[in-house]
Amino acid sequence: MDIFNAIIQTLDSTIRLSVPLLLACLAGLYSERAGIFDIGLEGKMLVGAFAGAAAAAVFHSAFIGLGMAILISVAFAMVHGFASITHRGNQIVSGVAINFIAAGSTIILGQAWFQQGGRTPALGAGERFSPITLPGAEAVKDVPILGQIYSELLSGHSALVYLAFLMVPFTWWVLFRTRFGLRLRAVGENPAAVDTAGISVAWLRYRALICTGILTGVAGAYLSMAQNGGFVKDMTAGKGYIALAALIFAKWKPVNAMFACLLFGFLDALSIRLQGTPLPIIGKVPVQFMQALPYILTVILLAGFIGKAIPPRAGGVPYVKER
Amino acid sequence: MSTPYAKLPAWADYGLIPLINLFVAFVVAGFVVLLVGENPFRAAVILVEGAFGKGTGIAFTLFYATTFIFTGLSVAVAAHCSLFNIGTEGQAYLAGLGIAVVCLSFDSVLPWWLLFPLAILASAAVGALWALIPAYLQAKRGSHIVITTIMFNFIAASIMVYLLVGVLKPAGSQAPQTRNFLGGAELPKLNWIIELFGAKIRSAPLNICFLLALIMAFLVWVLIWRTKLGYEMRTYGHSPKAARYAGISETRIIITAMMISGALAGMMALNPTMGDQHNVAIDFVSGAGFVGIAVALMGRLHPIGIVLAAILFGMLYQGGAELAFEMPAISRDMIVIIQGLVILFAGALEHMFRPYIQSLFASFSPGAVGMEAVKGKGA
Repeated sequence: MDIFNAIIQTLDSTIRLSVPLLLACLAGLYSERAGIFDIGLEGKMLVGAFAGAAAAAVFHSAFIGLGMAILISVAFAMVHGFASITHRGNQIVSGVAINFIAAGSTIILGQAWFQQGGRTPALGAGERFSPITLPGAEAVKDVPILGQIYSELLSGHSALVYLAFLMVPFTWWVLFRTRFGLRLRAVGENPAAVDTAGISVAWLRYRALICTGILTGVAGAYLSMAQNGGFVKDMTAGKGYIALAALIFAKWKPVNAMFACLLFGFLDALSIRLQGTPLPIIGKVPVQFMQALPYILTVILLAGFIGKAIPPRAGGVPYVKER
Repeated sequence: MSTPYAKLPAWADYGLIPLINLFVAFVVAGFVVLLVGENPFRAAVILVEGAFGKGTGIAFTLFYATTFIFTGLSVAVAAHCSLFNIGTEGQAYLAGLGIAVVCLSFDSVLPWWLLFPLAILASAAVGALWALIPAYLQAKRGSHIVITTIMFNFIAASIMVYLLVGVLKPAGSQAPQTRNFLGGAELPKLNWIIELFGAKIRSAPLNICFLLALIMAFLVWVLIWRTKLGYEMRTYGHSPKAARYAGISETRIIITAMMISGALAGMMALNPTMGDQHNVAIDFVSGAGFVGIAVALMGRLHPIGIVLAAILFGMLYQGGAELAFEMPAISRDMIVIIQGLVILFAGALEHMFRPYIQSLFASFSPGAVGMEAVKGKGA
């Protein structure tokens, strides 16, 4: 049963590690489907994590924290929108700027407000999202295999984990079964056609960015209020970029996004698990190689060696209305 | 507004507008200082005095500027060809490997004036090769250069961590870095130049790389505005279609521009490794590649502008260190915010104030800004 236990534990940490990626990846999905490149996912997640933990620590409420995370993250998304939609600035430059402002301001404000070297105070019970035990999980715990899968793998995650996975079908439904989704996808492919139909390209793109902000806010809140008990500086550590890689890997589709994030989360979990242990045949794999694997895979995918990743056609191009 | 950005006089375009953007960035940064509970005006005074008040401060400012000139030029060369090279960071980081190989092999044998050219070649070659792969993928397979260079930054970081923690670390040492270079790999300091003006310098790492950076700035100017290759790059950057029509090979121009960009990024590694630390350590680039983006945007992609912008950022880095010392509430990370704001206002919101300035100019003399001509065309 040792091997089975090890597998369950690895998959369990796979889920934990994929959740922030999944939320950020879906966030990027809304914005890129609407034609706005967003390499500022990292920064928005970071401010979300900071605002969430800070507000939760001050108001002693996890839900005020979550709300604040979303609010600040949306505010940053609006800055991105102001620069790249209203002023037709370069979307990538704007995204880079947001990552910088986020990285600097979370440390400065964290240090000034809490004086703990850029950290927020450790969050106690009620200030963070604690694990939820699914009904019956305790009862079936001793049932071999299935019971373990249910009680250890599926049960015992925080509410945000279940929310993240619920967001997958929800996002699919929004994008492919609602009028808003149809228009959102259209504005990423052919904004001029949307404009001709009398729908505001700018307002539609702003709404897409609001969705992005909400989801990156939740992703940040998950990092600082569920996975960890407080904010640590630079705690996103490149997850925003991995989410971007996952988005390309998923070819801008919600269900694929979930599998891409689970794959990248699995690689991460595996690299932690395999640290120092030699594998049969291959021998000892350097941790760094496992960490770089998502990026390497994405480059190979982008090069078209394993299928072609075609981004939304109007992505990265500011829309100039004909007058 | 069908031709939204009518021509402004050159001094307004290249001087006034960047200055206004910079000013706004600093005003917003001032609000952050207020939020922290400090006086922004006092902070500004400390910053400027820290950077230029003493000889040591000036030397440090120019030392940081050296690094940023290289990365700024790197971003700019690619940008002239409409390629957004976000990979400067990774190219510079991996170039440290080239320097490590050259220095660790020859530092006991060769004097600095033989080792330095070798190290320049090695760093430039590694940087260029690391840029070659994304360039090739963009030119031949159509993968987006921004995404691939981001990925390559992370891959470069993983490679360097692997090498510095394992292969390159001397036996028995704990720190993830190479052994210290011997005398042959230590570049001569330039502090005596500042001392000529009567300033006193205790210790600052300003070194001969500063001159190399200035030479490179001049060469980039020659390349972009005085050679056929530069003309082709600018043509491609302006309109890929026109370039194709003119018979310019898309593949060749993308790959050449990116390799030059990578080589410049790679040379940045000389300054902190051979000029200051005398080893190759983990994370020695520490974000200078990204500062290059701000520097290139601020300097309007022109070498003179880039040198000035690099000095401005050098000042922020040096003054920021003093600021962190004088005002404990503000750490050096304040620079990161300022950097981000400069990138935002000078880059993404570049045109925000332009319409106001245009109408201001137009109210003085309509002919000077070409407003009449535009109106004539519209009618």
